[in-house]
Amino acid sequence: MVLNFDNENDVIVKMENITKRFGGVYAVSDVSFKLYKGEVLALVGDNGAGKSTLVKILSGALVTDEGIIYVNGKQVKIKTPMDARELGIEMIYQQLALINNLDIPSNIFMGREIRQKWILGLLGLMNLQAMRRKAEDLLNSFKISIGDISKEVRNFSGGQRQMVAISRAVYFQAQVIIMDEPTAALGVAEAKKVCQFISKLKKAGVSVIIISHNINEVYEVADRFMVLKTGKLVDVVQKGEATIDDIVTMIISGKALKAVCR
Amino acid sequence: MVKIKSSTLAEKQRVRSLAKFIVAQRTIIVLILLLIVLCVVIGYLIPSFLTFQNFTNVLRQVSITAIIAVGMTFVIITEGIDISVGSIVALCGVIAALALKSNIPIFPSVLLALIVGIVVGLFNGVLVAYGRVLPFVATLGTMYLVRGGVLIIAKGQAIWDLPDQFVKIGTGYFLGIPIPVITMLVIYTLGYVLLRHFTFGRYVLSIGGDEESAMLCGIPIRKIKLLTYGLCGLLSGVAGVILAGRLGSGQPSVGQGYELVAIAAAVIGGNSLSGGKGSVLGTLIGAFILGVVSNALNLWGVASFFQTVITGGIVIVAVLADKLKKNKD
Repeated sequence: MVLNFDNENDVIVKMENITKRFGGVYAVSDVSFKLYKGEVLALVGDNGAGKSTLVKILSGALVTDEGIIYVNGKQVKIKTPMDARELGIEMIYQQLALINNLDIPSNIFMGREIRQKWILGLLGLMNLQAMRRKAEDLLNSFKISIGDISKEVRNFSGGQRQMVAISRAVYFQAQVIIMDEPTAALGVAEAKKVCQFISKLKKAGVSVIIISHNINEVYEVADRFMVLKTGKLVDVVQKGEATIDDIVTMIISGKALKAVCR
Repeated sequence: MVKIKSSTLAEKQRVRSLAKFIVAQRTIIVLILLLIVLCVVIGYLIPSFLTFQNFTNVLRQVSITAIIAVGMTFVIITEGIDISVGSIVALCGVIAALALKSNIPIFPSVLLALIVGIVVGLFNGVLVAYGRVLPFVATLGTMYLVRGGVLIIAKGQAIWDLPDQFVKIGTGYFLGIPIPVITMLVIYTLGYVLLRHFTFGRYVLSIGGDEESAMLCGIPIRKIKLLTYGLCGLLSGVAGVILAGRLGSGQPSVGQGYELVAIAAAVIGGNSLSGGKGSVLGTLIGAFILGVVSNALNLWGVASFFQTVITGGIVIVAVLADKLKKNKD
């Protein structure tokens, strides 16, 4: 899929002048950016740069103090995680937001369970077999062998749990998937698998925002890089325009690419 | 040659899934074995334990606190607790009695008592879920509030002369089984289904497992917690009505110490006080274990205050065992 960063029609999310304060501290200060369909946007910056805060505003975990969010060209209000989900925006938190004492199908469908028909379904009677089957099909379609999916999710490895969290987002046909440090707690092999999976998502037309400390890892799979420093936007560059070193310098210095390039 | 191979493979698979089942259900299996061993030992030491009459008595005794224990289970799973259940039992019994004495028919009287139970439960729920009061503190306040209230309403006295039909709720039989026991079994079946097959139960488990994650998944935490306390209040009301039937009177002073037994049953049954683990069946067996021990002590002539000591001791042991298990994980 060829990305055209000049085509307004390909913009799936636009955030304008987003500002978020916690007490007297500006976690995010007047940040604006666009996200294109089918792109992988790496959100990078040092600790306290405001990366998590910014994406949490998009995912509904936080509400922005100022600024406007557009999804598919329309202005929207995102006040809760459910609002974001309804817009096709799913977030995979650093801690994954998995419920450890429940099994895999329960986690994939958490909050959006498949119910039985008729009135009992309205009261909340679940169709456990349907959810189990769909979970199995989903994991098989990703060619993930995960073993017994009825075990509690705490019994699986970090990479497997990551895949469960990602499956949850994919199943509900998210248009935008946000990943906060997806490879932070993973070994080399598992981290590679996650990156491969992100490429698959891209091919399927899903936009991915990925927050990562590991520029090297994310450089391969990302199309553009957005650098934040102390809550402000430093610059957004395409992969061809900057090297990893350039990006690192931008992160540390807080200067845009033009100022950094020799 | 091929036939033999496939049959041993199928057998191996069967053994493996049986083993998996046993490991998954190990808590319940251990509890059932414990109960059986207890019954055998007690039956050997005290022959009068093993009579049909005695078993019926035990079941009838157990059913009242067991019903409360189901409600307590849901609350405990969300990492909460409700120590006002004993007071609610008394309140609902007295309300039913007063209604009956005012010539209100049995069905509306019972319904009124249950509604009162729900209301008190929801009051607890509002304090905990919306007022962010610690469950222990909130229900401690309610416990005294309600106990005082019921003593005032009943003017400090028991209310006797209740209609026979109502008394049957506590003393009667249905198809040869005491009505309280049938009620208990029905409630446990419903409780099990609610926990495992309804979204409400799943959300309760998720809140207990990881409240923050549940919130990020969009689970309405406060509403669910509110409903668990409402459910606990309702079931305490059911127990209160049955007890009033059994005693043939509405007594404002009953129910004291019921919270301990209900909590003990849930904890023995494998429900962790730090939330997340949930077993309705475990609570039932826990209630039986406590009932059997209490009954044995009665038959042996041990004074009732000793029983409280022993129940308290069992709770401590169960909680410690739960802690050890947690640390092992």
